[in-house]
Amino acid sequence: MSTVFERVSKVIVDRLGVDESEVKLEASFREDLGADSLDVVELVMELEDEFDMEISDEDAEKIATVGNAISYIESKIS
Amino acid sequence: MDLMQLTGKNIVVMGVANERSIAWGIAKKLFEVGANVIFTYRKERSKGKIEKLLVGYEDHNTAVFECDVNSDESIEKAFTLIGEQYKVIHGIVHSVAFAHAEDLHNRFVETTREGYAFAQDTSAYSLIAVTKAAKPYMTEGGSVVTMTYLGAERVLDGYNVMGVAKAALEASMRYLAADVGADNIRVNAISAGAIRTLAAKGVPSFNQILHKIEETAPLKRNTNQEEVADMTIVMLSKLSRGVTGETIYIDSGYHIMG
Repeated sequence: MSTVFERVSKVIVDRLGVDESEVKLEASFREDLGADSLDVVELVMELEDEFDMEISDEDAEKIATVGNAISYIESKIS
Repeated sequence: MDLMQLTGKNIVVMGVANERSIAWGIAKKLFEVGANVIFTYRKERSKGKIEKLLVGYEDHNTAVFECDVNSDESIEKAFTLIGEQYKVIHGIVHSVAFAHAEDLHNRFVETTREGYAFAQDTSAYSLIAVTKAAKPYMTEGGSVVTMTYLGAERVLDGYNVMGVAKAALEASMRYLAADVGADNIRVNAISAGAIRTLAAKGVPSFNQILHKIEETAPLKRNTNQEEVADMTIVMLSKLSRGVTGETIYIDSGYHIMG
């Protein structure tokens, strides 16, 4: 069973076309991983599918880094 | 027996943003039935997405053209290029719409003049402009299909200025149908139920809408990209040759409910 980090990392690599090594907890989607606003919406939708959850617009706005995404998902699935 | 008669037909598909787009679902079905699919895009971002999606479809006849539906010049250029390359256009899938995010989030009464005009221009006038530009090449008769939504006729929370634009789109579809029917061109609208696309994610209460449909709709579920694509194929094909000026609901029956 993959960890949340591995699953999130795979989604980010697929979606943003970045190298796995760039996906670090402190990496910002917009500043470090080159995501535009639509990429972020797409990413959120992919994460919703991957983890079979709904991420509200208000919560999605708070997810700026890889670490934010992982803590949010962990708080919802545990 | 080929009931569809779409093999080798040239169909323009406008509005693919990514793999979730309704337009992409339609394109996939068009490939299945052997049509040639001509894509148009506005943003470079979408062009990149389309090119990526087309990996694996190299044995199909496809082309990708820039077309900004807010510009007559861009529309004219795109359809001239398509006409030169393909000679005849048999169908158009118009799956484009846009409104400013603030006009969906704010109270409806706060809608700005500019935001209203922009939503109308992009989402409703574009159907007229595109039909006009394509008409000279629709010499073998044609079918134009546009995508609308229930928010055109009912008030749906957070749909706001886009609902007004879709109302204008549906009315434009009917007037176009009456006008170009004499040229053997049909114009119809597909009113798709809520589907998780990039565009839908811009509607603030989208998740609640999905849940409400699941509870209320006769089929007790939401529709999906494939179901909408299937009916669009029907509307592009010979099977629907007697239908024009119609809005067809692919929404698990949701719109009939009180």
